[in-house]
Amino acid sequence: MASERQMRAPKGAKVLMVGAGGIGCELLKTLALSGFDDIHVIDMDTIEVSNLNRQFLFRQSHVGQSKAKVARDAVLRFRPHINITSYHANVKDTKFNVDFFKQFKVVLNGLDNLDARRHVNRLCLAAEVPLIESGTTGFLGQVTVHVKGKTECYECQPKPTPKTYPVCTITSTPSKFVHCIVWAKELLFAKLFGNKDQDNDLNVRSTNSDSSVQPIEDVFERKSDEDCEQYVRKIYDHVFGYNIEVALANEETWKNRNKPRPIHIKDVLPQKLCEQNGNLEDRRVDSSMVSAMSSLGLKNPQEIWSLRDNTRVFLESLMLFIDKREKDVGNLVFDKDDQLAVEFVTAAANIRASSFGIPLHSLFEAKGMAGNIVHAVATTNAIIAGLIVIEAIKVLQNDSCNYRMTYCVEHPLRKMLLMPVEPFEPNKSCYVCSETPLLLEVDIHKSRLKDFVEKIVKRKLGMNCPLIMHGSNLIYEEGDDLEDDIAANYASNVEKLLAELPSPITSGTMLTVEDLQQELSCNINVKHREDFDEEKEPDRMVLSGWSPTSSKKDVEVTTNGGSTAPEATSNDKHANDIEVARAESGDSVGNKRKLSEISVQTPPQANDGITSKEMPAEVLENDDEDDVVMLDGGWQIGKKKKLT
Amino acid sequence: MDGGGGGGGVGEELTAQETALYDRQIRVWGVDAQRRLSKSHVLVSGMTGSTVEFCKNIVLAGVGSLTLMDDRPVTENAIQANFLIPPDETKWEEGSIAKLCCDSLKEFNPMVYVSVEKGKGENALQSFKLCLRNQTERSDPSSFEEEFFDKFDAVVVSCCSLATKKEINNKCRRRPKRIAFYTVDCRGSCGEIFADLQNYAYVQEVIALPWRNLPRKVAKLYFAMRVIENFEESAGRKPGEISHSDLPNVLALQKQVCEAQSFNDSFIPASLLERLLMAGTEEYPPVCAILGGILGQEVIKGLSGKGDPFKNFFFFDTTDGKGVIEDITPATPPN
Ligand SMILES: [Zn+2]
Repeated sequence: MASERQMRAPKGAKVLMVGAGGIGCELLKTLALSGFDDIHVIDMDTIEVSNLNRQFLFRQSHVGQSKAKVARDAVLRFRPHINITSYHANVKDTKFNVDFFKQFKVVLNGLDNLDARRHVNRLCLAAEVPLIESGTTGFLGQVTVHVKGKTECYECQPKPTPKTYPVCTITSTPSKFVHCIVWAKELLFAKLFGNKDQDNDLNVRSTNSDSSVQPIEDVFERKSDEDCEQYVRKIYDHVFGYNIEVALANEETWKNRNKPRPIHIKDVLPQKLCEQNGNLEDRRVDSSMVSAMSSLGLKNPQEIWSLRDNTRVFLESLMLFIDKREKDVGNLVFDKDDQLAVEFVTAAANIRASSFGIPLHSLFEAKGMAGNIVHAVATTNAIIAGLIVIEAIKVLQNDSCNYRMTYCVEHPLRKMLLMPVEPFEPNKSCYVCSETPLLLEVDIHKSRLKDFVEKIVKRKLGMNCPLIMHGSNLIYEEGDDLEDDIAANYASNVEKLLAELPSPITSGTMLTVEDLQQELSCNINVKHREDFDEEKEPDRMVLSGWSPTSSKKDVEVTTNGGSTAPEATSNDKHANDIEVARAESGDSVGNKRKLSEISVQTPPQANDGITSKEMPAEVLENDDEDDVVMLDGGWQIGKKKKLT
Repeated sequence: MDGGGGGGGVGEELTAQETALYDRQIRVWGVDAQRRLSKSHVLVSGMTGSTVEFCKNIVLAGVGSLTLMDDRPVTENAIQANFLIPPDETKWEEGSIAKLCCDSLKEFNPMVYVSVEKGKGENALQSFKLCLRNQTERSDPSSFEEEFFDKFDAVVVSCCSLATKKEINNKCRRRPKRIAFYTVDCRGSCGEIFADLQNYAYVQEVIALPWRNLPRKVAKLYFAMRVIENFEESAGRKPGEISHSDLPNVLALQKQVCEAQSFNDSFIPASLLERLLMAGTEEYPPVCAILGGILGQEVIKGLSGKGDPFKNFFFFDTTDGKGVIEDITPATPPN
């Protein structure tokens, strides 16, 4: 039985699993069945109802409990003699430092967000422990192997950051339903129920003679003697009527666009809700249970409501917030699990969509977009977990020539549903696994150290606990154990403009940024620049020097004259963004390979799987055989078609 | 079995409970597909590592009902890749593999009706005792009348002889309603799925196809599996009841088969046959997870009418890591 037995995991190999969710449950089960007997699992989450359709180690009775712990107990029931150690904690916690990671032979990721993935990547590089990374969305999935010095690290290819929309698209010129959702959630909801001190663009940019805009803040203030329904009708008229009329006044905007239609409450719903519907007073008292849908008798979340129904839901949900959720108002942030918030955002987005001639959507769909809900099925997670275990065993056997990254696709590609590809080599210009300096273009007279720390060091570079040096001067550091005077010094530094720091940053300065927990250090060359594009570069800072390994030329070759950047313009339904991320050459068999890839980006709040992942380009196309051509080496490359 | 478990098959709309539970997958295949799925009935015969994975997947997905058949008693070997049955020998006497799997699967999703179908003509106890005496012998649905299959929309068999596969496939085919038929087998680090959605080929038609009529570059695993299957049948072995010591006989059979097909006998790598022989009845758990996942997706596609099911074989070999679809049907012209 030798060769089959060899595929069993070496006994006693200590492995770390990060994530006990969709992939994690499947992975823990398959590891245990495959003979792994010392498994550590970290997951900070607790179990939710919507996990139960695929996270099969969990039951209804476990809702609210630690995923890591329940998963451990469930697997020990069918493999009682193995060791499973569970941690109900955030992997970014400082106790999971490089020394912690060093005890493992391999680390297996089943994570749901970019941040944590980047963090684990760095710890694995620092601890020199191989990492197997994975992700799934719907029927698509992938497994990749990252071994320091041998294969690319998780961050060798820049990951697409979550989609952002130009402010004016959201405030004035929406063209897709998702724009209306963003408006309803980020502007209107935040304005009405969020922190009053936040900046809010709800009423801005209405005309070019902005000096004439009257302060209309008072519209949102309810007068002490004002009837509640009267007040919410006034808000309705303001945001769907008045604001649109103001926008229409700016003729320039509408030269090449369809004009929106102002919507007034008297035209949609001349009668007050309480006059039409007597039972509205019968609202539930339990504030977590209040729902406009149930008080209005709307049952089906899949149904697309009429403008009238959306209007009723809008008024009713707003009144319920005021009446029954008074304590929450003023400090709410949109939460996909808050039914009333979802109802309000759905209705508001639909009324706005109606105004702009955009097709309306059901609450179910709106919730998916607003909550960035990932599409997930058990089968893909099971397949991906199987592939992770196969790679993990190769890693434990040090069988490095057979490492593969594997794509799981929905429609066969070159006859394959599971497609192995040789791992890529490390990117020599990767700031994470090589020592290449980065370039930061910034206006040193307008940007503060705080902006640099938040927007570049934390958000772009993914550092958790940073330290910034200018030559030998420490200008900023984070941590709980700082001396008071030093902490005060940093607190004063962060508010200063870069050019006005005690050791001023000038064009040509090289900064060293380190994260001691991640054991990552990188150098940043600063270049002063004054002009930035407000829409494209809203941070007024541009970080570069971290380029993908491949050239654009490959894309053109493999796409055979088709569009090199198929933009998923109508992919709103799935709230995913698709773009050509890179083209690579390489083959699992020979050296010759041409594989154009696109990147499917899912939102970072996604539940199971991935924040960003690369998939073969053909995956998302219709499986039209006529479009498949044979190239040399037998590789079939599909022509790019519109991803609509 | 009809309407059992309140599996959402009654109303036209999904209940709030179903919508909450299935939220993430409805976002993948839609409400209509979910509704059709919840009205479908599936039969699984042979509780192997791969079928256990498959059952988990379709119970989670929310099929209407799942019926299990496997009268064998639990043994250590029978549950090597089975996470539904704890390794507690005192519990093993409580019932057949199917019974214990059923008890465990029921907990996965209270909205799915999971039950056990016993072998024909014997009551449970007799059947069970018979099996205890005769360790691996088990009844299978091939002995049932054709009408029996009308209860199901999909039938999945695993770990049974070629003759049994043919017989069940033919019975499904002869019914007026469409009953999709699947086989799934894991041999060590290799696996195979066959699908007959009653629109292309029967098992027996496929097996009878001259090799030269097959598309070029069909996975070698296809041919190796046919040789092993052929060997088991001619030597009177049960599936997987083979070992490395059978290698000389298998190589002789391979030579004979290749010659009959006018193929060079080096066409099927001896190393591949050797691996399949050494695997015996062993199932490699990661491969079971992959086969159960792929088959789950296919059956869900077939039952829900959403997506294109593959035609008509799937192969996975851990050695090269490829999961390949092969279209092997009589209609395929040479080359
Ligand atoms: Zn790198």
